[in-house]
Amino acid sequence: MNDFSYTQATSAKEATSLLKDQPSAAYLAGGTTLLDLMKANLAEPPQLADINLLPFKGIEQTSDGLRIGAMERMSDVGENALVVQQYPAVSQALLLAASPQLRNMASIGGNILQRTRCGYFRDAAFPCNKRVPGSGCPALEGDHHNLAILGVSERCIANAYPGDLSVALAAFDAVLTLENQKGKQRRVPVTEFYLLPGKTPQKETVLEPGEMIVAATIPSAAHARRSAYLKVRERSSYAYALASAAVGLDVQGGTIRAARVALGGVGAQPWRSREAEKVLTGAPATEATFRAAATAALQGAQPREHNRYKVELAQNTLVRALQQVAAT
Amino acid sequence: MSSDLFPPADTPPPADDSRRTFMKQAGGIFGFALAAPLAGQAERLTAYSKTVTGATTLTLRINGQPRTVQAEPRVTLLDALRERLDLTGTKKGCDHGQCGACTVLVDGKRVNSCLTLAITAQGKEITTIEGLAKGDELHPMQAAFLKHDGFQCGYCTPGQILSGVACVQEGHAKTDDQCREWMSGNLCRCGAYANILAAVREVADKA
Ligand SMILES: Cc1cc2nc3c(=O)[nH]c(=O)nc-3n(C[C@H](O)[C@H](O)[C@H](O)COP(=O)(O)OP(=O)(O)OC[C@H]3O[C@@H](n4cnc5c(N)ncnc54)[C@H](O)[C@@H]3O)c2cc1C
Ligand code: SF4
Ligand code: FES
Ligand code: FES
Repeated sequence: MNDFSYTQATSAKEATSLLKDQPSAAYLAGGTTLLDLMKANLAEPPQLADINLLPFKGIEQTSDGLRIGAMERMSDVGENALVVQQYPAVSQALLLAASPQLRNMASIGGNILQRTRCGYFRDAAFPCNKRVPGSGCPALEGDHHNLAILGVSERCIANAYPGDLSVALAAFDAVLTLENQKGKQRRVPVTEFYLLPGKTPQKETVLEPGEMIVAATIPSAAHARRSAYLKVRERSSYAYALASAAVGLDVQGGTIRAARVALGGVGAQPWRSREAEKVLTGAPATEATFRAAATAALQGAQPREHNRYKVELAQNTLVRALQQVAAT
Repeated sequence: MSSDLFPPADTPPPADDSRRTFMKQAGGIFGFALAAPLAGQAERLTAYSKTVTGATTLTLRINGQPRTVQAEPRVTLLDALRERLDLTGTKKGCDHGQCGACTVLVDGKRVNSCLTLAITAQGKEITTIEGLAKGDELHPMQAAFLKHDGFQCGYCTPGQILSGVACVQEGHAKTDDQCREWMSGNLCRCGAYANILAAVREVADKA
């Protein structure tokens, strides 16, 4: 790990001005992504601005929905009574992620900004378009068994966000509050926060340099209260998703009034499937409907040799998640 | 997947504050108190709000004792413990948050010390494996690991024991399935899982 100087920021203004003076500095939240990357010399910020004392805290009911501060810890949010009751899928996505130790450390803002687990990205000895633009993508012909099949490009096939929380946030229309270096706030839906790789896989989000995540707000809805997160992994715990599904259904008299579907592990970004939602809405809550929705969700998949299995895996994951929610 | 892995929606888990109270009480039952954070946030703030460059003197409160160490901001809590304070009970497995061998308690919560900077642990109460026993009297979790043979080589054991202590205090060891899930942040290459589970479950049942 490179040497760096360390500052405990005491306000958002202090934190953002630190990054204005030193644009290659980095914010330090739980450190579970940042220090991991720094130890592999994949990030070498000369200065860290510790943001753990910033007042981006609290889990509170607002007129727009439940507002969760970016500095709240994954463990606290996952077990928060309001989250458990109103957004079971969000609670489950958090509690099925990483490990209890990591969840005690990791923040909501840091989770949203975690980086890909593509093995070539994580090894500085390899070229990688995401890390060094234009250097190439060894995953195309190499090991890509855990990489994405939806929204990928010829430049990069990584799941830029490999985690769970943002999948549930994307499904339930969460909106992020961001604050820039001038102290100005703006609101961006999670579904518009992440960028597809296209020709610029190094640009992963709409976050401007030095801009901070302040909070995530999730609107309250019947389909959010009746929701679940299903995660399929290479082992039963403490692993990233090969495929996952965040789903919510509002079923009345056997007919689906509203549906929300997002997939994890298979998309270049957390993959909201409005195609699947279109199939589900107004249809009977039956396995045939769920199958048709799963087919629609994976319609545009571009699998390669080692991740072809993910098409069927994601479809089955989605069907099972929908069945699970319909049965509640 | 059994339902006790997630908090039930009808009986909400305690809010943050009451959980902390619960953990303190539980600490009492187990015969080792989790002291409240030494310094309040405000105190920490005034003490550390300037920029630190290069090696400085850090004060860490470890197992109830203040210890000082000369370290740069990049030194992890794990390296500070092992390399500078001769507290080698905490182990380094992967150094990347993937194995749990480095688990310690910070303000009563289990964390990976390999991904924690020592400088950020100032003003907090750090508990390592060396701080569990009271003199010759083993902590109940240590005694249970001995009784159930919860190890082979022993390398993962300090992390397993601290994680087990926290797991019971959190109330996440009530059934075998729940305990397996909430102990999954600690890998054991010797595969002593069955005996580790028995040890943690026994302590949980007695609590
Ligand atoms: C072994 C392992 C397994 C894991 N498994 C999973 C898993 O199964 N599912 C899952 O979802 N995640 C998983 N993770 C990822 C983990 O959840 C993230 O590392 C964590 O959420 C990051 O949060 P943090 O607070 O530690 O972020 P940090 O490491 O502190 O920060 C991450 C990045 O975000 C920036 N940042 C942080 N907060 C803000 C903010 N408020 N505003 C602007 N920028 C900010 C930092 O500068 C940094 O670049 C795993 C991690 C590890 C190490
Ligand atoms: S898939 Fe993306 S992250 Fe992985 S090597 Fe290719 S460009 Fe890099
Ligand atoms: S050494 Fe910290 S988790 Fe492996
Ligand atoms: S006892 Fe050997 S690694 Fe667990």
